[in-house]
Parts: sequence; structure tokens; C-alpha cells
Amino acid sequence: MRFMLLFSRQGKLRLQKWYTATAERDKKKMVRELMQVVLARKPKMCSFLEWRDLKIVYKRYASLYFCCAVEEQDNELITLEVIHRFVELLDKYFGSVCELDIIFNFEKAYFILDEFLMGGEIQDTSKKSVLKAIEQADLLQEVSGYPW
Amino acid sequence: MALKIVKGSIDRMFDKNLQDLVRGIRNHKEDEAKYISTCIDEIKQELKQDNIAVKANAVCKLTYLQMLGYDVSWAAFNIVEVMSSSKFTYKVSCSQLQLQSVDAVLITTIINSVSLPLVTQDLSSPNQYDTGVALTGLSCFVTPDLARDLASDIMTLMSHTKPYIRKKAVLIMYKVFLKYPESLRPAFPRLKEKLEDPDPGVQSAAVNVICELARRNPKNYLSLAPLFFKLMTSSTNNWVLIKIIKLFGALTPLEPRLGKKLIEPLTNLIHRALDLLYGMVSKKNLMEIVKKLMLHVDKAEGTTYRDELLTKIIDICSQSNYQYITNFEWYISILVELTRLEGTRHGHLIASQMLDVAIRVKAIRVFAVAQMATLLDNGHLLTGNMQRNGICEVLYAAAWICGEFSEHLEDPMQTLEAMLRPKVATLPGHIQAVYVQNAAKLFATVLRKQEGTTDSLAAQETSQLLIDRLPLFVQSANLEVQERASCILQLVKYIQKLQQKEVEVAEEVTALFAGELNPVAPKAQKKVPVPDGLDLDAWINEPPSESESEDEKPKAIFTKEEPKHTRPRHTEVDEKELARRREARKQEQANNPFYIKTSPSSQKVYQDQPGVEHIPVVQIDLSVPLKVPGMPMSDQYLKLEEERRQKERSERKKKEKKKKREKHGRGRRADSGPESEEDITPAHHVDIVTEEMPENALPSDDDDKDPNDPHKALDIDLDKYVYDVQGNLQDGSQVVVSVIFENKTDHFLKSMEFNVLDSLNSKLQRPEGSSPHDGLAVPFQLPPGVSNEARFVFSVQSIVMPQKLKGTLTFIVKTEDASTHEKLDFKLHFTCTSYLITTPCYSDAYAKLLESGELKSSSLKLEGVIMPFHHLLARICFHHHFSVVERIDSCASMYSRSIQGHHVCLLVKTSNQTVSIDAKCDEPSLLGNVLDEIKHTFSQC
Repeated sequence: MRFMLLFSRQGKLRLQKWYTATAERDKKKMVRELMQVVLARKPKMCSFLEWRDLKIVYKRYASLYFCCAVEEQDNELITLEVIHRFVELLDKYFGSVCELDIIFNFEKAYFILDEFLMGGEIQDTSKKSVLKAIEQADLLQEVSGYPW
Repeated sequence: MALKIVKGSIDRMFDKNLQDLVRGIRNHKEDEAKYISTCIDEIKQELKQDNIAVKANAVCKLTYLQMLGYDVSWAAFNIVEVMSSSKFTYKVSCSQLQLQSVDAVLITTIINSVSLPLVTQDLSSPNQYDTGVALTGLSCFVTPDLARDLASDIMTLMSHTKPYIRKKAVLIMYKVFLKYPESLRPAFPRLKEKLEDPDPGVQSAAVNVICELARRNPKNYLSLAPLFFKLMTSSTNNWVLIKIIKLFGALTPLEPRLGKKLIEPLTNLIHRALDLLYGMVSKKNLMEIVKKLMLHVDKAEGTTYRDELLTKIIDICSQSNYQYITNFEWYISILVELTRLEGTRHGHLIASQMLDVAIRVKAIRVFAVAQMATLLDNGHLLTGNMQRNGICEVLYAAAWICGEFSEHLEDPMQTLEAMLRPKVATLPGHIQAVYVQNAAKLFATVLRKQEGTTDSLAAQETSQLLIDRLPLFVQSANLEVQERASCILQLVKYIQKLQQKEVEVAEEVTALFAGELNPVAPKAQKKVPVPDGLDLDAWINEPPSESESEDEKPKAIFTKEEPKHTRPRHTEVDEKELARRREARKQEQANNPFYIKTSPSSQKVYQDQPGVEHIPVVQIDLSVPLKVPGMPMSDQYLKLEEERRQKERSERKKKEKKKKREKHGRGRRADSGPESEEDITPAHHVDIVTEEMPENALPSDDDDKDPNDPHKALDIDLDKYVYDVQGNLQDGSQVVVSVIFENKTDHFLKSMEFNVLDSLNSKLQRPEGSSPHDGLAVPFQLPPGVSNEARFVFSVQSIVMPQKLKGTLTFIVKTEDASTHEKLDFKLHFTCTSYLITTPCYSDAYAKLLESGELKSSSLKLEGVIMPFHHLLARICFHHHFSVVERIDSCASMYSRSIQGHHVCLLVKTSNQTVSIDAKCDEPSLLGNVLDEIKHTFSQC
């Protein structure tokens, strides 16, 4: 996976994760372009599309778009599954997650993503073990206290 | 205590810096760039300080700026430095920043030259989560140099005692391999080891990595095939299975032997997929799914798999009483198409489906009969090599349907002729028997038609046809065929004699086969109540001996099509008796809930009738042989159905526009569940609850609910006052208390003095020069029944805790003859809420505020809240001075600000009377108290 973006229906970026080094300028351009493409698509249209040399897999959950860019040889369906699993994890962690949760706890959302995917590959397929790791990291953070 | 205050103030100092940044940016919309450049200068200063906490704070601000799109790569060194700190939180924020600000060249140089020791130090940290963060961060910015230097460290981590680390190390090795391929050779044995790691997470990570590697160069991984094969057969993790199958996809072209080995496990997988399909179908997608399956049937190699698909198709279609079939013509076409399968073992399954549908769905009979007639006509195609061909079983169903419902046949004569062809004699005995019997039924129909047209010659010719053809069956080796054939032959001969005497016989011949056939539920027989006085356990005759009592049960060939065998044909019973019995039977069935009722409207099976009648029937050329070139028939139905639905949708829309509520025929569809899925447009409209407020008539006297409320506590009816404590936005240390005094006595009140006992924290503001014990004169007098409002200003130092102030009100009651001096004690309750000021906040600013990460969180759960969500929000807005930032369904974010500039953010969610409130604020104790107050508000309702 090259990168993952979460953005709202209004085109506001909520979370971004890049798994390959990309210059800041290029990132912005890609994000803008991709959001336009995805937001213009109708609900009944396919969740997969080819964009530049990448395959884009996206899925909309309520007002939030989860969008992944994978390479040509990658499987779209498993990417869709990855997105869904990520949403399931968010849902488990936040308890019926919604966009506001991700705005509200964006660092947690990053945490969860980091525990689930690493370098663009699935790190752990077990929801339980991912959540356990997050819980423990939460605990650790509480103990070590806030710096500010 | 003092230390705590100092520490707190330092904390706040940092807070303010960060807040100022956010607030400042918001306030400098016009010259944002300029403002930020000054901020960046400040940050640069902060980064130069020694205190790591200050630096971390600066880095946090950088994170925020970076999210806004500013270049912060110049600070990469400091970021790395902060990352090297021992505190977990610092690192997290840094790794977050790094992974987003990878200005590849710069960071690479810096990391390589300076921070390598730092990262390695992290890698060997005793805390697994520290190491984890380091690895996660690393995964985003591995460079060839870094990969080379760290490869051996990471390799060591692959054997870490903690699976958490092992798994991350395994995954990051993939990135390392990509950047520094030389590391693959030494690392590979260990990676291979990880395939059999006891921890499933590590295992799946290893599978992942190897699969990705193999995709690039499959040849090198052939040796792993047996290991993967073992994994594939033993693993239950679908994610892993998918990866392995992908790997095999890359390997099989290189090793053909692998293909054969894979057939079995893969069929198992396909099996599981097919099972899933079963649960997936709905009215809407059934046709589409079956179409796809039919394609697979066509392509399938090997009869076992094809038969598997066939049974699946039938299972899927027939599940829950054909619940998902909206168009039975389509289903019949599918069944007919399935008869083209050569060598299937499931002929009888298709046959029983045909019988079942034709019997139970009355509306489909015309169509079914036409199709079956075609089948019979082309019977030779099916019987090609019938010895090992199970498909000829469908002819059994075809013959029976054509015979039983012969009145629907367009050309019964042709079908009769087809059924008596010599070739039929090659069919299995039980099918021949059905042919013979149903030929007789057809004969009756044909006679009826021909006699109606007064063409007696044609009728006689028909009889002659039977007389010519039947002897072939009389010679059959099969007893049943022989018996039926000779019986019917004699009957026809007798009829012919009568015909020659010009006697009309059709009526009587038809009577032989009279009687409506009703479908019976499978368990109906069992449910028939035992009549009074009948003891089923009692012997009717004493059994003569053990050995003879065991009857050999005749082996039923078709278990499912009982109607054929159970249908009694009382040809010898006279018409009256027949009618009487039929009536009785109908009566009984009507009273028996287990019989499917005959009236179409009340019958579940027939619920699709109207739909079927509405379908414009395709003209199917019956002379066309079964193997229709081009588009198979079921596809036409699929198309038709789509068009129909399209039409219905547009019609429905039109109807909705016209607001006509007529329901006829199609109304049924509009109600059907799956179809309405289409109508769901994701409409998540955002309500701004604060604007709705006026509509939600809120009890205005909620303040009175405070049990400490003075006028209730005192229970003096002299006068009454209500007060409201309001923060002062202009001054962070001032609170204004508005008190409404109402005179409830019959006397005049004057010289009122309001005094409050000051506390350390809160003081009533008095005119200069007055002592803390002096009261403040209320600037008005109160005639009886009049109320007026006075405001008093309090200065407050800390606003994080609620407070109660004691006070007294002194006044003079003037009666006609005298005046008395009276005193009233009261308490003022300064809740934390009163320090909050409703401040609107845009969702963007809100998001940024939260992203800044400077807020501490707390949460609250309220059980058993039954009010609607917007009331709940309105209540929080009203009583606690919040404003709604955004609302999505049953979730809303809210914002408020204290008079001292604390941000308070709430995320309110509700589900099943449980309201959960996640809250964030830069001041934890304020937040805790506000939450307590919110809880209190809701505990009273």
C-alpha cells in the first residue's frame, strides 16, 4: 500500500498516512487531485479505480471516505477488507465510531492504524491483539504523563 | 500545594503558547503567513533551550503547523532529538510528525549522521512499546543507508521474546529488503522460521512478507511451497489464506505439479465461498448471482464441481420457500438451461424443482407447460447417451407437468405425439410409466378439443395414434409400464368403438383424470389430528409372525414429489361421491394450518403471482431447439427484470410526485425490503442544535431544581429570588450574578442589602474603601408582587472548582403601622458551568484544536436517558453553555470556553438510552467538575 487517506464529504482531510517517502508538495497535489476524483463519484459506482499508475480503493462510511492507494499487482478486494478491518478496529476502540471521533482523537486513530498496518502491510490480523497493544500503549502514556 | 501551583502555572504557560498559536492563527485570517512566521521564530527560540519539555512543546506546535501545510523540515534535527527522549508521549508525537514530513534527503542525512545511535538505542529499549514506536517510525523513512546499518539490529529483534516486537520486526524487514537487498540472504532463514512462529500475528506477518517478496521473484521461493501448503491446510486465518493463495498463484506457473496438489484445498475454499453465497442472496441480487454461477457452470471442468454448482444454484433459489425469487419464469428458464449439463447426477433434483414450482405456483403453469413441451419435443437431445445420464430424469417431470396441466398446452397433439415416439422406449422404466399415464391424460385433453370443433375424424385419428403406438409399451419389460400401457390401450380401443358409433366420449374420458391437485406442505401428513377413538398403537390384526411382518418398502424414486403417488384416482367412484370427498377435503385443509391454502391472496407461495402476471411475456419460439445460440434465456429475464425494476422505480417516483397513494399490483414491490435499499440515499444532515433551541420548549425554571436553592430551603414566603451566575467574557476573573428579587408579601420592601461572605477564591466586588463585611445596597425598592433584577460582580481567582458562597439579604418590611427589619440567608452556588461561555466554534478550528494534542481527556456515561438526542444536546447547550460544533446522526461534538480561555470539547454519543460523553479540556479538574455537573443535570430528569 502506498498511502491511506481519510477525508470527509466536504473534502477535509482527516487522516493521512504515507508509506513511501513523498515530497510534501507532491503529497498535497495528490491529495487534492484524488479527493476531487473520489468525491465526484456516485454512490453506485465501483469502489476501485485506476489513477495515475496506482489503483485506488475507497469506501465511504457515513460522511467519511477511506481511501487507499495500492500498486497495480495488489488485490483490490483485500484492500477493501483492510479498510473495513481498520474501520472495525476504530469502531471497537471508540464504540460506534463516527467522523467526530477521528477528529477528536486523531492521535489515537493514528495509533490504531500504526498497530494494524506497518509500512503498508498488515501487521496483525487479529482485532484482539491490535486492540490489546493499543490499550497497553494507552496505559503507558498515562503513566509517563503528559509533557505539557 | 505551592509546588503544585507553580507546576500548574508552568503547565499553563506552555498551554497558552500552544493555544495562542491556534487562537492566533484563527484571529489572523488575513495575514496568517506573517503571524506564522513570527510563531516559527518563537519556536526556533524554544528549540534552543535545554529543557526537553519546552522542546517537546515546540515540536508539538510544529506538528500542528506541519498539518496546516508549513514546511518544518528545518527542525528535523530537533525532532529527532526530542524523539530520543525517554518519554513515550514525546516520541509518539514525534514519530507522527516524522512520518508526515519526510523530506527524504534532509532527514536521511540527519538521521544517518546523528540519530542512528538514538534509533538503535530505542530498538534495544527494555520497553516493548518504545521499541514498537521506533520500528513504526522507521518503517516510514527507511533509506538504503539506514537499512544497511540497522539490518542486523532488526534481525536480532525478529527473535525478540515479545511477539509484539517480533511481528513489527518481521514486517519492517520487508522495507529493509527493498532498500538493501543484500540483507535478504542472511535474514531469510530466520524469516522462514517465523512462518512457524507460535504467535499467529508474527506468522501472518511472515507470510505477508514472503508473499510480497515472492511476487517479485517467485523462483527463489519454490522451496517453501510444502511449508506454505501445510500452512494453507492448517490455517484458519482468512487473511493469511488469501496471501498464500496469491503466492501459489505466482508459484504454479513455475511448478506444474503444484497445480494438481492445490485442487483439493482450493475446491474446499470455493466450497466455503459458495456457502457464503447462500446467505448473501436477496430478491435484488438473486438473478445476478445465479447468472454468475451459470457462467461458472459453463466454464467448469470436471463434473463434480459442476454438480456442486448446480446443487448450489438450486439451493440458493429454493431456500426459504423460494423467498427470493421474484420471477418464476426466470427460474424455470434457469432449470431448463441446467438440463443442458451433460453427465450430471442431479437430474432428479432439477426434476423435483420443476414439479414443485409448477404445482405450487399456479401462475407459472402456462409458461412451465410450454417449456416442458419443448423439453419433451427435444427429448432426444437429453437422452443422447442416457445410460449414464442422470439428466433424463427431467423428462419425468416434463411429462408429468405436460399431462397434468395439459389444458394449458398450445398444441397438445404435438406433445402427445412426442410422448409416444419409439425412442421413449429407451428411457428408464419409471419414466416410461409416467409417459404412458400422462399420454392418456393428454389424450383426454386432445379429445375434448377435437370434439369441440365437431371434427370427429380427427378424434378418431388420435385414438388410432394411441392404438398404434401403445403396443410398444405393452411389450415393455418393466411391469408398471406394461400394466399401464395395456390398461390404457384397452381403454382407447373401447373409446374408439364408441367414437365409431358417433358417441361423444371426451367428457367421460376427462372425468377419469378430474380433480384439482393441491400442494401439501411436507409435514402436513404428520399434523393431521388423530380422530377420536383411533388408537394407532393398537393392532388391527395380531401379527402372525416376526418374519412376515417386515414388509419390503417400495423404494421411492422421488422422495420430493409425493403428489404423484399420493394423489388418489378414484376412477370407479361416482361423480357425487367425488364431489363430496373433495368438499370434505377442502374443508379439512382450510381448517388445517399446515396446508398451504388455495386462495392465492393468502398464500405465501403465490405472493409473486401478481408480479409474474405483470411481466411482459417474452415470445419464445418453441421450435427453437434447446441450445439457443447467443444469449441464454435466463439472461433475457435478467435484462427484463432490470428494465422492469427501472420502470417501476421511475413510475414510483412519478407516483410519489403526484402524491398518489394508489396501490395496485406494483404496490407490493414498493414494499419489498431489498428493493427499497436503493432508495436509501446517505443523507446525514447536520443539525445545529443551538439554533433549534427556541423550538424545544425547555423548562425555564430548571435552576430551581437545585436542592440547595435558598428560597426552597428557607421556605419563607416573604420574597423569592432566582439567580443566574454568568461569567464575564471581557475579564477572565469576573463573574456576574444576576439576582431577580420578587416580593411575594403584601408589604412594601425597601433598604435591601445584599452581602456575601467572601472566600479565598471569590470576592464580592464592593465599592472602593468598603470593608469585606459591608453589604451592597440593592438599587431599588419592591412594592408587593413586583420583581426586579440586580447584578453583582464577583471576582474569582481559580475557576476550576465549583464553590458555594453564603450570604444574607437584609431588608425592611414596611407595614401600615410599623416597619420591621428582616433577614434572609441564602447560598450562592458557583458551578464550573457558570464559568463557561457559549462560544461558537467552526468544525475546522475544532479539528485543529483537537489535533494540537494539548487537551486532556475524560469521559462520562449516563444510563437510562430517554430524551431525544436533540433535546439532550439542547439541554447541554442551555444549562452548560455549550454550542454544537457538528452533529452526525446520534453523535455530536460540542464546544465551550471558560472565561479564562480553557477549551472544553465534548463528544456526545447516544445509543439505547446510554449517553457517553468523551470530553477534552486543557484543565482536567475543570473538566471533571463540568462533567459532574452535566451528570447532575441529567440525573434530575
